[in-house]
Amino acid sequence: MSLVPEIDYGTPASRAEKMVTLTIDGRDITVPEGTSIMRASMEAGIQVPKLCATDMVDAFGSCRLCLVEIEGRNGTPASCTTPVAPGLKVHTQTSRLKDIRKGVMELYISDHPLDCLTCAANGDCELQDMAGAVGLRDVRYGYEGDNHVKARENGEANARWMPKDESNPYFTYDPSKCIVCSRCVRACEEVQGTFALTIEGRGFDSRVSPGMHENFLSSECVSCGACVQACPTATLTEKSVIEIGQPEHSVVTTCAYCGVGCSFKAEMRGEELVRMVPWKDGKANRGHSCVKGRFAYGYSTHKERILNPMIREKVSDPWREVTWEEAYAHVASEFRRIQYQYGREAIGGITSSRCTNEETFLVQKLIRAGFGNNNVDTCARVCHSPTGYGLGQTFGTSAGTQDFDSVEHSDVVVIIGANPTDGHPVFGSRLKKRLRQGAKLIVIDPRRTDIVRSPHIEAAYHLPLKPGTNVAVMTALAHVIVTEGLFDEKFIRERCDWSEFEDWAAFVADESHSPEAIEKYTGVKPEDIRGAARLFATGGNGAIYYGLGVTEHSQGSTTVMAIANLAMATGNIGRPGVGVNPLRGQNNVQGSCDMGSFPHELPGYRHVSDDATREIFEKMWGVKLSDEPGLRIPNMLDAAVDGSFKGIYIQGEDILQSDPDTKHVAAGLAAMECVVVQDLFLNETANYAHVFLPGSTFLEKDGTFTNAERRINRVRKVMTPRNGYGDWEITQKLAQAMGLDWNYTHPFEIMDEIAATTPSFALVSYDYLDKMGSVQWPCNEKTPLGSPIMHIDGFVRGKGKFIRTEYVATHERTGPRFPLLLTTGRILSQYNVGAQTRRTDNVVWHEEDRLEIHAHDAENRGIHDGDWVKLTSRSGDTTLRALITDRVAPGVVYTTFHHPTTQANVITTDFSDWATNCPEYKVTAVQVSPSNGPSDWQVEYDEQARQSRRIVAKLEAAE
Amino acid sequence: MNLHMPVPDIDARTLAIVNELKGLEGPLLPILHEIQAEFGYVPEDCLPVIARELNLSRAEVHGVVTFYHDYRRHPAGRHVLKLCQAEACQSMGSDAVAAKVKALLGIDFHETTEDGAVTLEPVYCLGLCSTAPAAMLDGEVHGRLDDDAIADLVAEARR
Repeated sequence: MSLVPEIDYGTPASRAEKMVTLTIDGRDITVPEGTSIMRASMEAGIQVPKLCATDMVDAFGSCRLCLVEIEGRNGTPASCTTPVAPGLKVHTQTSRLKDIRKGVMELYISDHPLDCLTCAANGDCELQDMAGAVGLRDVRYGYEGDNHVKARENGEANARWMPKDESNPYFTYDPSKCIVCSRCVRACEEVQGTFALTIEGRGFDSRVSPGMHENFLSSECVSCGACVQACPTATLTEKSVIEIGQPEHSVVTTCAYCGVGCSFKAEMRGEELVRMVPWKDGKANRGHSCVKGRFAYGYSTHKERILNPMIREKVSDPWREVTWEEAYAHVASEFRRIQYQYGREAIGGITSSRCTNEETFLVQKLIRAGFGNNNVDTCARVCHSPTGYGLGQTFGTSAGTQDFDSVEHSDVVVIIGANPTDGHPVFGSRLKKRLRQGAKLIVIDPRRTDIVRSPHIEAAYHLPLKPGTNVAVMTALAHVIVTEGLFDEKFIRERCDWSEFEDWAAFVADESHSPEAIEKYTGVKPEDIRGAARLFATGGNGAIYYGLGVTEHSQGSTTVMAIANLAMATGNIGRPGVGVNPLRGQNNVQGSCDMGSFPHELPGYRHVSDDATREIFEKMWGVKLSDEPGLRIPNMLDAAVDGSFKGIYIQGEDILQSDPDTKHVAAGLAAMECVVVQDLFLNETANYAHVFLPGSTFLEKDGTFTNAERRINRVRKVMTPRNGYGDWEITQKLAQAMGLDWNYTHPFEIMDEIAATTPSFALVSYDYLDKMGSVQWPCNEKTPLGSPIMHIDGFVRGKGKFIRTEYVATHERTGPRFPLLLTTGRILSQYNVGAQTRRTDNVVWHEEDRLEIHAHDAENRGIHDGDWVKLTSRSGDTTLRALITDRVAPGVVYTTFHHPTTQANVITTDFSDWATNCPEYKVTAVQVSPSNGPSDWQVEYDEQARQSRRIVAKLEAAE
Repeated sequence: MNLHMPVPDIDARTLAIVNELKGLEGPLLPILHEIQAEFGYVPEDCLPVIARELNLSRAEVHGVVTFYHDYRRHPAGRHVLKLCQAEACQSMGSDAVAAKVKALLGIDFHETTEDGAVTLEPVYCLGLCSTAPAAMLDGEVHGRLDDDAIADLVAEARR
């Protein structure tokens, strides 16, 4: 094995279609117009020396090392900034060029430390490589003059020297090694779009400065790692590389955090992970990353990770470590006992959106074929189930319509209830890049998120609606488009059912849906709605991206349909740059839905009552399958409280922390007789578990994840599972213990079974994925290369369906007791319930959940920034510290749910989406009052959690 | 002695300047000039306000301010004397002029006299090569500096 090779072409690829032929060092080469001479050379296999150029950023032309000579032209132009032209004759190595380059390198090295042997970049340093390439043998200037290298000189402090900045937990900045090539500054601007870095001073005084001569941690830096990746020297270096050394092999795999699904190279030394580096050929991320995927993998070796199976009789007992065989036998006998005693329907399971497609497929197979019922659900229940329903109804598929590249062609982007710069950072950066190129942005969100306004981007319209009024605002947008005649009649007549459109148009055109009429309960200025509607309908390619701010409402499904209506009415479906795009939360939530994790659907979204589909699986699995939809998560919990549901197998989901109305979830779990949790850590749900099966991380197994753009990406095993087994093996062993004849030897066999039974995956296999890199489903005979964009010539369901979207206010209303509306969300550095990110150095950015409250509401209540406050709703109360901000409007408060001690879901209610039961996390009527410490529930809960995490030391085998 | 006076409502005065000038094409440099005219230097506290209002990052504004020598990070003396040190003036003896001025004022370049009267700075070409060596006192240029002219210039600056 070796490092995955990546060629640096020096400048980005040109997208021009016209080709140009030129001669470089006697070799003819044909490249697209607009390509730099540097890139053309590299494509011909000729490497021009360079330092300030790298293909992740535009050419800059500052290092003067890449100069070339062109016949018939004067001087020595820089090859990075000079575009190709037909018939050019370029020479990259002449005696004149060699002299210039050597001279330039001499200057660089005269102000650079000569500690190569002990330098962290040794073996991966472009400065070192270039010194070699130009044949530098001597530095005539010596090393004695002005420099940035030595801390003290002639007994005095050197004012130019700056100490190393180690404030960022993941990388260091050593100014003494900086050659001021500006690659980091440009990567921060062009790739990440944060503009946290600059070059301060001029001439010999120039230094890279985060913020205003601050350290990295206190600057605007979001720690995405693009600067570290861009740095050609050891100036910006991962601390892990400093500690471990250079990697010797790397493996391409897929990040296990959000639904963007970034491809990474896991750079290894033996079985030790040295660093994760975004893979340039990854089609979702195109070589970019965020702080989580790039750096926050330390949880995999965290001391709290559980590595041995454990059992206990009662949840009040301490855990007892057991052998795997004992654990499997115990679970199998308990599950069979419960089914014998309470009936076949008394057990079920939850598949994990954090695990692979193969693992998810196995869990639902275990439940359907082994448990003999359809009591399977997944965390998509609490996030994007309305997406599945809403888009299924209107378009005919339960997934986004585009790939992420599509945003590069968008002219108007609508973001609804999503916070891409925090929740989906790599997509956020790609979107910001497009916005800086001139695309317009409309943000519909109660909060002023960073995408509304941050350096160099600003939304044309921000509609700060009251939480819970999405449907009213979406329908009002449609009202303006219909009443002002801005809809795309040709598209609608060709692609949709015209009579359904007419019905819908008459509905939205009603005066009661006008922006003016809804202002009183949405709080949005009518002229802004009108402006936004006109912009979206007439501004060119219009794309809609949305998140959980749309789905996690009592009218989540209705909003999804309203979004689909709007896209169809304006003809924004079926080509690059448009579409309806759910930003999925988890790495594999799309995949877990695809794999049949819902109680009513077999893999491929086929209803369990469909005889033909069931027959496919019955034949393959050799069992009879139930045609009755099973229980959803909330139904399982209700049934548990009622006493008819007694056992559950939960793979990689922490329902106690993530699901709404914590007390109800706790009561449901407490009422069960066998709760089996398979996870990396003793999560909150495990406080109520009887059996704990230690899970494996994404680094320890093979498989696939399917991201938000339906892209099936390979996950590759880079180290032996610390717990001993991949999650798929554990499920298989459990199935075998329950008497099922499963004999998978590798996850590729599971994928083959998926492909054989599920038409949208028909051509997918590991060999095919290795060949293609990744594919977007549907991938079958009709679309062998996969489907980056869906509904190109017609909707999957046939004609696009317009559906009336009547706004019905949620039952959760403010009143005298609970006058404020609480909405919840995420932050960049933490991920969901935080089980992973809280166990990494990411906590330096967010060590606790804070309650964002407007100064007006805070003042009324005598609350100061940083005060402990009590947050009360009809469901319960909790305490946390306040953060006074104008990001939220008066009347709205906001918090994140990353920390279990906060217990944000004690507050949320059990209201849910009318169609799919997706909980209404985003609207809770609350009161906020000053407090001096944790609530009784928090104290009680902490005590219970502490008690339930006790582990009795493992008994040694008898002598 | 540099006199550091607390600047009252720096945010409000910065904001007023930014609002007046942000309609210009490329407003950052004119705003910084105006800030310097207002406060006598560019106080660090202005930078985040300018960044926020122009929708730039703090880093970018910092980069611009530090790039131009004319933007002061600290208040200057009551008078600013700039001596040209560019090629033409050098060939006409600007080094000697500088040495003399430094001796008379008792300070080096980039320093201010203890009474806060004069700040001495080098400048690289005033465009007065034909009358080198040249200098500029508070925006007014002086050419063909000989010993007498230097003494007059320093005396004037001292006042």
